[in-house]
Amino acid sequence: MLLFLGAFLITQNFHNQYYYLAAFTVLQYIILSQGWNILGGYTGYVNFGTGAFFGVGAYTSAMIVKTFKIGKSAPFLELPILFIAGGLVAALLGLGLGYLTMRIKGIYFSISTLALAFVTVTIILNIDALGGATGLYIIRPRKIPFFTNYMEFLFLVMVALSIFAVAFARYIENSWIGRGLSAVRDDEDAAECTGVPVLKLKVFATMASSTLMGVAGAAYPYFVTFLEPISTVSLDVGVNSLAMPLIGGTSTWAGPLVGAVLLGIIQQIALVTLSPEYSLLVIGILLVSFVILAPEGIVGLFRKFRASLKK
Amino acid sequence: MSQPLLEVQQVFKNFGGFAALSGVNIYVNPGERLGLIGPNGSGKTTMINCISGLLTPEKGKIIFEGNDITQMTPHHRARAGIMRTFQIPKPFNSMTVVENLCIPLEYAAEHKTSLSVAEEEARKILTLIGIEALGDLKPTGLTQVDMRKMELARSLAGRPKLLILDEVMAGLSGSEVDEILEILFKLNEQGITIIMIEHVMRAVLGFSKRISVLNTGLNIAEGTPDEILNNPEVEKVYLGE
Amino acid sequence: MVSIDLLLNAVVAGILIGGFYAAVSLGISVVFGLLDIANIAHPLFVITGSYFTFYLNSNFGLDPILVGLILMPLFFVIGNIVYQSYYHFFEKQGAEPLRGLVFFFGVLFLIEVSIIITFGVDYQLVEAAYLGESLNLGIVNVSYRLFIPFLVGVLLTTGLHFFFAKTFYGRAIMGVSQDSLALSLMGADPVRIKSVAFGIGIATASMAGALLVMILPIEPALGREYIGRVFAVAVLGGLGSVKGALFAAIILGIAESLTATYFGAAWSSGVSFGFLLLVLAVRPAGLFGR
Repeated sequence: MLLFLGAFLITQNFHNQYYYLAAFTVLQYIILSQGWNILGGYTGYVNFGTGAFFGVGAYTSAMIVKTFKIGKSAPFLELPILFIAGGLVAALLGLGLGYLTMRIKGIYFSISTLALAFVTVTIILNIDALGGATGLYIIRPRKIPFFTNYMEFLFLVMVALSIFAVAFARYIENSWIGRGLSAVRDDEDAAECTGVPVLKLKVFATMASSTLMGVAGAAYPYFVTFLEPISTVSLDVGVNSLAMPLIGGTSTWAGPLVGAVLLGIIQQIALVTLSPEYSLLVIGILLVSFVILAPEGIVGLFRKFRASLKK
Repeated sequence: MSQPLLEVQQVFKNFGGFAALSGVNIYVNPGERLGLIGPNGSGKTTMINCISGLLTPEKGKIIFEGNDITQMTPHHRARAGIMRTFQIPKPFNSMTVVENLCIPLEYAAEHKTSLSVAEEEARKILTLIGIEALGDLKPTGLTQVDMRKMELARSLAGRPKLLILDEVMAGLSGSEVDEILEILFKLNEQGITIIMIEHVMRAVLGFSKRISVLNTGLNIAEGTPDEILNNPEVEKVYLGE
Repeated sequence: MVSIDLLLNAVVAGILIGGFYAAVSLGISVVFGLLDIANIAHPLFVITGSYFTFYLNSNFGLDPILVGLILMPLFFVIGNIVYQSYYHFFEKQGAEPLRGLVFFFGVLFLIEVSIIITFGVDYQLVEAAYLGESLNLGIVNVSYRLFIPFLVGVLLTTGLHFFFAKTFYGRAIMGVSQDSLALSLMGADPVRIKSVAFGIGIATASMAGALLVMILPIEPALGREYIGRVFAVAVLGGLGSVKGALFAAIILGIAESLTATYFGAAWSSGVSFGFLLLVLAVRPAGLFGR
């Protein structure tokens, strides 16, 4: 709540647009990382295809904006509708994928998510109504009451969504659901035989995870104002949403948060000072090093450090 | 006459071309202690997997408390009161021992109790088994014996009516075997029906009221421990021609 | 009306491309199928082979096939090193396979970005006198650009098939996938055998890379498209079966070629991933698996 109020005050007094753009990307990755971590971290199913869920959310929202034009008549109602729709469609996609592939080994699930991302790109590329390869232009509302411009309003909404994503992940982690998911990750047979409905929980985790990704995607069209399948449903989105929780630490909600903020900022800096390739290179190097050297992530390192201080 | 707690009727299970179970019959009465023995590859573990629901038999029926559970998922069977241990322990490695016990407490025994109640329960069970000191450790640090005790404790946390033990004694020393046997007798007195699969003959003969012998997926003998010891068929299977 | 010409040409092109897909997928069949290591970065090793070939061809005029052959020992050594480090960091410590998968995913990006930084994102192609010509067999037109990669792909597959069936090392590798304990009791070192197998898997990537750059212009992100193809082929062919991979690759090649002919090229790159999703959902053991 305090965070949100702080963010509101910022939008009222601070107007350097570049920082809003950069902050939007970081916030977007907080939501994506938390989403990824519910399935990847808590449940142990590695998703390479975040781009598919993100992209489906983005395209759903873009199509609603184009078809219904709610923004003009009800500017404050539009975004929630977009989020719900984007999240819902992504959740349905997650449900489908969950039921199709959750009976097979984890590695096959991961490869299937990769396949899903590519199939999604191919489908969007080939459907003219979705803009095909040329893409879609989305006109951002020029004005919104109480704010100097729409981007600042969007930033504030993203802050709220990120807080929600973190709270949601934290709630799952500390509930009986989260403990059941950990049991599934550790040993599916043992989980089943101790009463855990493994399949149901896995499908739930897939849906919860893809909903957050879809919601993050739903905000994207107004951010970029131009939607194109190859960069939206990209593997780059996939690698970022996976690298951030893994580098931050997957066992708790703090990990994806730390990872997304840290890597998001590093990436923004690398993007400005170097080039997109180098920003991806940084992520790649960090990902590989953390997977090898510190599989518990930054949060794990911090815990070890604190434990050694106690001794 | 009361009906059996569990009845396995004419169960068949194949893996590819290999027939692991070819029409096995087993029953166990409420409060009974049944031993299940047989050489390696005789189908004991496959049988347990069919009873706990990890495998579904191709043919035959499994009946628990009068209900046909052949197609029921394992987690529903766990909630109905069938708990098991694994031959190779399968602990939840990311959790502490207490947290390991909380899973069946929350999911199988009393669904959605609060965590603090579950933790308290878990510690009581650990005390019963005698490993209350290990509660806050992770399973990876446990010895073989403690790991098996933890598995036993975890299956007790599910409040079983029927407890199936898949070689819990393997690798334990004589005194450790006695220690666990004592616990099992106590549990049985409290009304838990137990099926024990065991290679440690001393344990299974001393514990069981009745023993059933499997070989190559078939029942070959059944009776009291004394009858089994003197059964020529069983001797042939174990000692060869 | 369906034109027989069109259909026949599409099928033949599909078969030819399929032979080449087999070469690209062999490494996955060996490494994923026999060693159970999901080397998702394999296509990027192939692309690396392509860029080496392009570099040596455009600077020294070396024949692409020759380059592919020369590079095989080098790639074998690279594969060896990759496996040794994978073993050291993951297998030996009993890490969950998913961490290994993430590791290879990271490697995939590292290779791709390194290629972008070194060679840029422009399309590159190799030159050889015979590549422009084609063989005219009545209504079917067979271009050497496709025919030679097909031939080399089939040869490579056959060679590997006999290697696994007949030689000591080949059979040891088959053995290690089934029971590494038994193998170590016989005095063979499973880690060494596995690193040889991994090396062979990566070595096939250099040749596959040379073939790839003969067929079409390459760019760094092309590798991503091949992830679907290689896993579709390996899974469809039944994991670990070299012969199955060849059949699966040809089926995939024909399916893609028909899709491109009748629905447009834009759909064809999605075919392999669609195939893969379908196979994983319906029959994870593969068409030729048990």
